[in-house]
Amino acid sequence: MFTFAKARLAVLGTGRRCVALRAFSGALRGVASSESNEESSTSENQLFDVIISGGGMVGTAMACSLGLDPNLAGKKILLLEAGHKKEMDRVPETYSTRVSSISPGSATLLSGLGAWDHIANMRCKPYNKMQVWDACSDALITFDKENLQDEMAYIVENDVIVAALTKQLQTLSDHVKVQYRTKVVKYTWPRPYHVSESIPWVQVTLANGKTLHTKLLIGADGPNSMVRREAGIPTVKWNYDQSAVVAVLHLSEPTENNVAWQRFLPTGPIAMLPLSDTESSLVWSTSHQHAEELLQLDEESFVDAINSAFWSNENHSELVETAGSLFRTALSVLMPDSGSARQLPPSVAGIGPKSRVMFPLGMGHATEYIRHRVAIIGDAAHRVHPLAGQGANLGFGDVAYLTKVLSQAAFNGKDLGKSMQHLLEFETERQRHNLPMMAAVDLMKRLYSTNAAPVVLLRTFGLQATNALPPLKEQIMAYASK
Amino acid sequence: MYANKLARLAFGLLAESTFKWPLTRSVSSRVKAERSLCSWTVCLHHRQNNQLSNGLTRLNVRAVSQTTVDPAEVRKFQAMASKWWDLQGEFAVLHCMNDLRVPFIRDNLLNVHGVQQLGKPLAGLRILDVGCGGGVLSEPLGRLGADVLGIDPVEDSVRTAELHSSYDPDLRERVRYQACTLEELAEEEVEGFHAVVASEVVEHLADLDAFASCCQQVLKPGGSLFITTLNKTNLSYVFGIVAAEQLLRIVPSGTHDWEKFISPEDLERLLESYLLRCLNNSYCWKSLLISTWRLSEA
Repeated sequence: MFTFAKARLAVLGTGRRCVALRAFSGALRGVASSESNEESSTSENQLFDVIISGGGMVGTAMACSLGLDPNLAGKKILLLEAGHKKEMDRVPETYSTRVSSISPGSATLLSGLGAWDHIANMRCKPYNKMQVWDACSDALITFDKENLQDEMAYIVENDVIVAALTKQLQTLSDHVKVQYRTKVVKYTWPRPYHVSESIPWVQVTLANGKTLHTKLLIGADGPNSMVRREAGIPTVKWNYDQSAVVAVLHLSEPTENNVAWQRFLPTGPIAMLPLSDTESSLVWSTSHQHAEELLQLDEESFVDAINSAFWSNENHSELVETAGSLFRTALSVLMPDSGSARQLPPSVAGIGPKSRVMFPLGMGHATEYIRHRVAIIGDAAHRVHPLAGQGANLGFGDVAYLTKVLSQAAFNGKDLGKSMQHLLEFETERQRHNLPMMAAVDLMKRLYSTNAAPVVLLRTFGLQATNALPPLKEQIMAYASK
Repeated sequence: MYANKLARLAFGLLAESTFKWPLTRSVSSRVKAERSLCSWTVCLHHRQNNQLSNGLTRLNVRAVSQTTVDPAEVRKFQAMASKWWDLQGEFAVLHCMNDLRVPFIRDNLLNVHGVQQLGKPLAGLRILDVGCGGGVLSEPLGRLGADVLGIDPVEDSVRTAELHSSYDPDLRERVRYQACTLEELAEEEVEGFHAVVASEVVEHLADLDAFASCCQQVLKPGGSLFITTLNKTNLSYVFGIVAAEQLLRIVPSGTHDWEKFISPEDLERLLESYLLRCLNNSYCWKSLLISTWRLSEA
């Protein structure tokens, strides 16, 4: 664990005046800390309080959140994004393939930022129920709110979320600046202790040669985070030998599409998430080879593959079926109103015009979320399997908590990046929340990756038992809704 | 280094409920403008009386001098002038205490003046930090928007403070330092400050009366004086001197002299004679296991 244990103040009061600071006009020089002998060339225009690196859903939400906080009014915030600005005056006719399941907690954050109104005006689909079942047995579990009237969560396209947040950011343009199409080539870290004539801030060198300084750098640059790598934060990660295939599905007939379906096949889970009454989003996690085959199939064969994946019972074995039904009988004796009838998802007729895409899956967790003057959030800090739909929600949770911590620190007059105490509080709290979730998701993935009979029996019983215990299900839903 | 941490841990364990290190007091001088002249006269008069009959009316026997500065203390702090911003060094405790001092000062000032500006709650207020040392308390107050002047008789400490705050353009504009004594400043800046902060200072002074009268001089009418110091009790001897200095070495040996500690009642009595009425008296103690301080209302 990084400490400044060995850092000692080297500043001496023996007569050395503070170094001269010059104001720049026009272009800046890129200055690395090793070169700053003559002067610490901090132009006041280019010293920010916070720089957020990465303008995806989580990075843009962080910028909005900091910009709206009253205790951080007057702080200079900058968001750097390598892509172009995502604006959406009108929602495009076709759905995009990348979607996220937004939990009520994240929806609360987004509505606090004022972005949820934009999202609701653009496009989002609430769903009330989720059915998760096994391909190797009859076990299933359903999650729903008590009366099926309340929404469990929302399916929103990623582009819509980013566009809504960007729109909100524009209203904050006086103190939150955004630079699009800006790539960072280098980060230079300050020393935790004061050395005279060295710059105490983080230096961000851009591809166009400019150098920016910041008191706190927030890395929201995705699972292959450059901030995390350059800061040398050790990461526990592994690749699942799986890729996810995503596509937009046209349903055979319009239906009140408010259920999310997920079936665990031995090769990986296949999920159908509602987008509208006639369309759903497909997320099919399977082996790399199978994923490539799926992409090569023509449309009809692909549709057939999807339907059979959801409907066929070819993986059932006698043993498991008998054992499963025995257990279910036993449970229904003990708890008469538990258990749900298995429903079948709507059948698919075609796929959307945008091509199917695949991307590799893995798990990653940074052992530290913070360093001196650095914090990482979102996928840069934690990357999960999409089977539980929690990746974006964990990121939004980071945004909410880090904003709270920075707001409190600013209200106490602290230097936002220097005082490790409040950053440690963020790290501790979020790790406590994220790690159990990630462990659970990883466990689920491994548990359902096999069709060996003992494991199947175990998970069958487990799933049926969990389904029979409403309090347990409520706990699970509550945890995932935060 | 680990021994230090362990020591602090142990100290926290020992000190939990019994150790009252009565910190912060917000004292406000509610001097009405039209009365101030004659009050001042009374004060002066009062102080002169005290000078003649010293030792009898007051509980602390101190050398009566016209200056607040004690040369022995100056020498002590001169030697440590470069260590102010070392978070593992001798002044680490003061950094921890900021979590308590800054909110206390901020909240009490907000009660009096209201929030001036979002993001800069103390904007527009002039604060004098007496005995600022390396600027440990001046910087957070500056970040909250106040216009801070930090003074300290130890010139090297003032230079350390200036160097540390020179990098941050926000602080450069709002926090200034001056190497001088309070008496010297009091001559120039009469009624110049909305608040005076003397945190962990009065236990190092030579003459509290002179200090109190200078404070009254520099404060605007209705201004606030914040004092944090150690209580004078048997417990504070055991924990503040024996445990903290000699056994656990949280502060260097010889930092504090128990004779110079003052109890809240005495301090209150002293300040009342300078028309500084106590508004808020709180105790705080070091929390168990973690290096944070907790506050309780007296």
